[in-house]
Amino acid sequence: MSAQVRDTPPMSPPQSVKAKQSSRRTPRGRGERLAPYLFIAPFFLLFGIFGLFPFGYNVVVSFRHWQLDDPMNDGWSGLDNYRYALTDSAFWNSLYNTMGIYLLSGVPQLVLALLLAGLLNRQLRFQTLFRVGILLPYITPLAASTLIFGAVYANTEAGIANYFLSFFGVEPVDWRADRWSSWFAISTMLNWKWVGYNAVIYLAAMQSIPKDIYEAATLDGAKHWQQFWRITVPLIRPAILFTVILNTIGQLQLFTEPLLFDTNVSNATGGFDGQFQTVALLIYKTGWKDLDLGLAAAMSVLLFALVIVLAAVNSLITNRIGGRR
Amino acid sequence: MSVISNIAKPRQTSSAMVRPASALTYVALIFTLLLSAFPLYWAFVVGSSTDEELAKIPPSVVPGDNLSENIQTVFAQENVRFLESMGNSLIVTVIVTVSVLFFSSLAGFAFAKLRFRGRDALFLLLILTMTVPSQLGSVALYILMGKLGWNGELQAVIVPGLVTAFGVFFMRQFIVDAIPDELIDAARVDGASSFRTYISVVLPALRPALGVLGLLTFVATWNDFAWPLITLGGSEHPTVQVALSNLASGQFVVYSKVLAGAVLATIPLLIVFVVAGKQIVSGIMEGAVKS
Repeated sequence: MSAQVRDTPPMSPPQSVKAKQSSRRTPRGRGERLAPYLFIAPFFLLFGIFGLFPFGYNVVVSFRHWQLDDPMNDGWSGLDNYRYALTDSAFWNSLYNTMGIYLLSGVPQLVLALLLAGLLNRQLRFQTLFRVGILLPYITPLAASTLIFGAVYANTEAGIANYFLSFFGVEPVDWRADRWSSWFAISTMLNWKWVGYNAVIYLAAMQSIPKDIYEAATLDGAKHWQQFWRITVPLIRPAILFTVILNTIGQLQLFTEPLLFDTNVSNATGGFDGQFQTVALLIYKTGWKDLDLGLAAAMSVLLFALVIVLAAVNSLITNRIGGRR
Repeated sequence: MSVISNIAKPRQTSSAMVRPASALTYVALIFTLLLSAFPLYWAFVVGSSTDEELAKIPPSVVPGDNLSENIQTVFAQENVRFLESMGNSLIVTVIVTVSVLFFSSLAGFAFAKLRFRGRDALFLLLILTMTVPSQLGSVALYILMGKLGWNGELQAVIVPGLVTAFGVFFMRQFIVDAIPDELIDAARVDGASSFRTYISVVLPALRPALGVLGLLTFVATWNDFAWPLITLGGSEHPTVQVALSNLASGQFVVYSKVLAGAVLATIPLLIVFVVAGKQIVSGIMEGAVKS
């Protein structure tokens, strides 16, 4: 109350009442009216400078010569960078690998996470242990886990993956040597990392489904697995959509796994023949190993376009699946 | 009252399928748990073995006793700066986490409880910013950092992360539910300014949410790799993940050393995880339900 008293100088009665009312809403006048904007300003400022601006400026750079080892050669280059990228076999190769790994890991990841969430959604002992345990991969640093998988998939007979396969009479695999084996290895890393995380998101969604829906279904004679695919899965569609979009955006920028899985990390070539070179890794190699930032920027813009298209396509597909009961 | 603590405890009564788990369910879950833990166990096995032991057939599947020697070799590699990088990561992670908590809760409070023009539009804008894949702006960000003279310096990875859209969003959702309007109004009537209200009324009620957001931010910042590699790679101030990749960058990869490094880079998170894994689960579940 003291603030009001202080804010109200002696004046004629009607004005005084008015001043009192307005000061009731905003104790310190103008500073108070600005306060909410000041509170939210740090985010918008930082995002504007370090998020939005680079994102837009990237487009500008993509239309310019911008070579770190040739700073004098500076100027507009029109569509040259795009023309170069789109006629470069290395770019198409990286696109092919990115899509291949995305498709190879995406669907199994989704299905495994759904099944795991279904199991976690039952009445369980040690519930917390299971929920927390499956998030272990999520908190493990990506650089560390990729290097660990690199050792698991060591090319020698003593590598644990090859040793395991030897029990089934399989000859030691040189995992990095060709496309399929390296894609497979990278997909297992992705699935290991993300199945548990997605399962926890699905579990959260499953727990908000009202119980009586299942009671009705049970009365109608629906089996448990029918209930799962016909009721649970369609009802958590928003959560599935959320993870599918997140997964698309993340995996199309796949970078750390192909970089650190390679035996010679500093080349950033994604295998000696680019057999697991991804677009994001190629952007890194182009920009910071070949020092051509203009071309790297153009590739980033192209990858962004792909992210948008695939995110849209995926949300359409996800909306279809399980759309009908 | 508190949404987060509600989720943290098992909600069997409202849970969808209340059928008890069969033995098969437990077998499947335990198998999943073992698979989740296996790579970390394996890092420990390899990181504690000598190179000779690793070349043997059959390979050893239990930890050796060479861990401390391998770690010393890692620390001794001067161009990698591993020990120093752990300090750098700690500095970056602590600053970013504290800052995210402060600025996110402040902005979240404004969006949740203060009335101002353009509030809803600005909040929608904030949500939209989360869909921007900022990694695709790395080239321009690198150029910008170059102009600022920040490439190779820790501030290049600290400043962009000081407040996140997710943090603001998360806090706003929590504050809407957890703090009654009457409490804010009461502070107002007592003449408290908005900032005063934030400090003495809002912040104390936010403790659980601050814990969860702090954990998620800590994990994400400690693990961040792509941008730190671009701006700090080859510099004298690597973060631990960047140093780890430098460790693996030699002509011949020596798995025992690299994985001893991987163990070191993971240990701080394992400690956090053992202490507060439950809060991390509730944070992810909470974030999922709200979005």
